[in-house]
Amino acid sequence: MGAFSLIVLTIAAIAFSAGGILAGKLFTKGSRNAQKGQPYECGIPTQTSPWHQFNVGYYLFALLFLIFDVEMVFMYPWAVVVKKVGITALFEILIFIFILFMGFLYAHKKGALKWM
Amino acid sequence: MYSLHAITNSVQNWLNARLSSTWVLIIESLIVIVLAIALFAALGLILVWLERKVAAHMQIRLGPNRLGPAGIFQTSADTLKLILKEGLTPDGADKFLFNFAPFVVMIVAMLLLAPIAFANGFQIWNINIGVLYISAISSLSVIGILIAGWASNNKYSLLGAMRSGAQIVSYELSAGLSILTIVVLTGSLQMTDIVQAQQNGWWIFKGHIPVIIAFIIFIIAATAETNRAPFDLAEAESELTAGFHTEYSGMKFALFFLAEYINIFIVCAIGATLFLGGWMPFHMGNWTQFNHVMDFIPSSIWFFGKTFFLIFLIMWFRWTFPRLRVDQLLNLEWKYLLPVSLFNLLLVTLIAIMNWHF
Repeated sequence: MGAFSLIVLTIAAIAFSAGGILAGKLFTKGSRNAQKGQPYECGIPTQTSPWHQFNVGYYLFALLFLIFDVEMVFMYPWAVVVKKVGITALFEILIFIFILFMGFLYAHKKGALKWM
Repeated sequence: MYSLHAITNSVQNWLNARLSSTWVLIIESLIVIVLAIALFAALGLILVWLERKVAAHMQIRLGPNRLGPAGIFQTSADTLKLILKEGLTPDGADKFLFNFAPFVVMIVAMLLLAPIAFANGFQIWNINIGVLYISAISSLSVIGILIAGWASNNKYSLLGAMRSGAQIVSYELSAGLSILTIVVLTGSLQMTDIVQAQQNGWWIFKGHIPVIIAFIIFIIAATAETNRAPFDLAEAESELTAGFHTEYSGMKFALFFLAEYINIFIVCAIGATLFLGGWMPFHMGNWTQFNHVMDFIPSSIWFFGKTFFLIFLIMWFRWTFPRLRVDQLLNLEWKYLLPVSLFNLLLVTLIAIMNWHF
């Protein structure tokens, strides 16, 4: 069907989800009170806002991910042609991976991979 | 012989003979919408039932057995119950994002259906960068999860979403690298080319040990990417109640639940296509007689058989391995799987260049 199928599938997903949620709205009768609207915290009243600081470790791993993900994007076109180019492609990717791996080892040495 | 390709072709010819091209497009889009929604509903019902049955039999129980034969209608009844539940939005939540997140997750799951070859010639979009498309779209689902966790105004949700994000993002790397091994061997990103390349045997048999290693890494990464046990810290019941969908109820919860199972189906379908030949029957080199006998089984049955085998494998993991801690989880990926899969990719490249594979 071509790229048009993306639009079609998006419409299908929206129709499916909206249909389900609207059907739910149609059949239920909601009631509201102050206790019901509170965030769920196993029964006790909530103390502080949940939008607080979180562990910096997540951020470090996101940064590392970014490096390697961009590396992978570069490797997709390489992977398609590697069979035609032959042994030179292997050496080129060896250099590429070696440089990246040095960065990875540096991050490891600095303790970025250790969960705090 | 029975073939889905013939059916789709005859439908198209029938429409082309009677209507103008615009109407043909509209009617075909409607057919695709109906089929996709039907597939979603059917998969949701079957996979949830299968999960409960597998879990039950692993623990020597019977599982759902009241509604219909072997309890097959249990999920339908559960869906009906979920429709009748009130969809609650907590007071402090970001209302727009809270209601938007299930849509994101569902749209991503639906878009992933496009390049999957369900049977010989039965594919919604035969895109020439199929594998890249899959890796690009599947990483979008983490946005839906982060939106859900952030908008809920709940500590459990936020923590679950953060863990889920770190986990999906990390394991995407080794999943991508093991997908790349097959791209190197095939020299194409297109799903049909990858399946055709396995005409004389599936890659897992043709590619020696490195491809088997890649397959194992892919299965581990797929389990982690779908947030399933033993990597289910994002929704670890005993720590975070339900993770990022703690505050969701009614149909919105059902949509998250459904999207999770659809994602399991999709990663297993991709694993089956790349490593186990997709719809390609079990062929052995040039044993023409044997191959001919295998061709009698329809291609759609091969595809769904392999996919459900992988799904069963992933369900089996859940009852075999204990849950990992978050540091163990990230260690496993960054200190073992990532270096191993990088090295493995180089080995596969050597095999591909030297033509050592069959």
